[in-house]
Amino acid sequence: MNTPVITALFGFLILIFAIGFWSSKNVNRKGSGFLQEYFLGSRELGGFILAMTMIATYGSASSFVGGPGVAYTQGLGWVLLAMAQVATGYFVLMVLGKKFAIMARKYKAITLVDFLKHRYNSKWVVLFSAFSIIIFLFSAMAAQWVGGARLIESLTGLTYTSALFIFAVAVLLYVIIGGFRAVVVTDTVQGVVMFVGTLIILIGTIIAGGGITNIMSDLMAENPNLVTPFGHDGSLTPAYVSSFWILVGVGVVALPQVTVRAMSYRNSQAMHRALIVGTIVVGFIMLGMHLIGVFARPILPGVDVPDQVMPMIAMEVLPAWLAGIVLAAPLAAIMSTVDSLLLIVSSAVVKDVYLNYVKPDASNERVRKISFGVTAVLGVLVFGLALSPPDLLIWLNLFAFGGLEAAFIWPVIMGLYWKRANKYGALSSMVVGATSYLLIHQFWTDPFGMHSVVLPVLLSFICFVIGSLVTQHKNVRELAL
Amino acid sequence: MKYNGKYGCPDHDPRFKIANREAIIGVILVIINFAWWYGFAYGMGSKPVEEYTFIFGMPAWFFYSCVVGFLLMVVLVTVVVKFYFKDVSFDEEEEGEDR
Repeated sequence: MNTPVITALFGFLILIFAIGFWSSKNVNRKGSGFLQEYFLGSRELGGFILAMTMIATYGSASSFVGGPGVAYTQGLGWVLLAMAQVATGYFVLMVLGKKFAIMARKYKAITLVDFLKHRYNSKWVVLFSAFSIIIFLFSAMAAQWVGGARLIESLTGLTYTSALFIFAVAVLLYVIIGGFRAVVVTDTVQGVVMFVGTLIILIGTIIAGGGITNIMSDLMAENPNLVTPFGHDGSLTPAYVSSFWILVGVGVVALPQVTVRAMSYRNSQAMHRALIVGTIVVGFIMLGMHLIGVFARPILPGVDVPDQVMPMIAMEVLPAWLAGIVLAAPLAAIMSTVDSLLLIVSSAVVKDVYLNYVKPDASNERVRKISFGVTAVLGVLVFGLALSPPDLLIWLNLFAFGGLEAAFIWPVIMGLYWKRANKYGALSSMVVGATSYLLIHQFWTDPFGMHSVVLPVLLSFICFVIGSLVTQHKNVRELAL
Repeated sequence: MKYNGKYGCPDHDPRFKIANREAIIGVILVIINFAWWYGFAYGMGSKPVEEYTFIFGMPAWFFYSCVVGFLLMVVLVTVVVKFYFKDVSFDEEEEGEDR
């Protein structure tokens, strides 16, 4: 047991709870707008909060635990790959940007599925997208919970199961209490902790390694490939690394947990501010976190479980009390991703399926109860899944990202920018995107040396265009009605 | 065809012109970002390690591609947002805030 570390972590948890309780006042205050508030915070996000919540949601266990672990193994080539994510800082908000915000308000959309429903007017589009969100985000959540529990486990010395239990209870409590507003406000606190934490660990690591020059020569002495863009065994090819621009760069535009934030900003000034803040913070965190992973190698040689590199290096290079505060950063990252995913999946169940097709005339009180109930049940289910965790955290997480991107990227983008886009195009693109991703991911892991997300994204594009064009005459007739 | 308030794609909103232009700016920035990132990483990084030059202790390819590339994007985004992005109202004039 490491008392200062644990004390700092618990202090952080208490702070998060305080914020959750504070936010719950808003949920209860606005009786009529419960759904808007619980799932969207009443579209009141300012620029700084918007930037932070996007980063905190997006920067997850994979960037804070898995990512630096892989960078430790692969060297600078993996940092290069991670830098594809700088694009997410501005691209998502610029491309969805004002048009998505305006259309979402016209449609009174609360979720991505709402948007698709009003844009394409198709029951099958709604059901298929709600279904993909539930399936894919479930696996993403499980991966995050494993990461959170592993982290608590390695910090406190508790067993994996009790660590998971503490983590689950903490997350569930504040999501259920506070809804979207609690999530984004705690995201902001967590985003700040992540940013400062990255800076402190990076500086500590450079000092412990005797300066960057020294660390680099240690790395070259061990294996010169570590300082090339090609990975420790030369396996990171330019095609493979570049294909991550689709997975973690531009494709992020289609992730429901990200798009929902692009409908929640208050006004265009907030969006402009978020663009600048977001680019700076996302770039800095990605660069810093992954560099820490590489720099940790000469300081802590021979770490067997890459996921443990982050906590170990923090405890190695920082005084214990500071390590405790700073290690709240990866915990923050994981919690803030999980809470958003939990909310997105429960909104898919409550808003997109239940309210659309099961009981459209449910009373406010009933919706409120169902929302809390579904959130809680989902949490318990994920807890069960995370009990016997799969080994490679980062791949599970990327698996979910790829599937959602393949399913949603064209329905979202074309829905915004192509007038002729219709439900036939959208549905065929979603079905082909998601299934081809599952198949390729399973049976043809790196087609033409690229990540398995690339081909499904191309295929779903082709299907979208063909599907929409072939059915143009139907579309016109329906719109005229 | 006019937007009927419930389903379909709303047309002819003057704000969409601004929105479309800004989306194109986003795409252009990503292309610049990618070209810079790829060019320096594989342009300078493909040499044998013995021939690498180092800046602030980091290999030059990495310094230019990842560190300078990141700073360049921050500058470009800031400039673009300050000078080319326009403020528009997100709310419908006739119905006001939907809280």
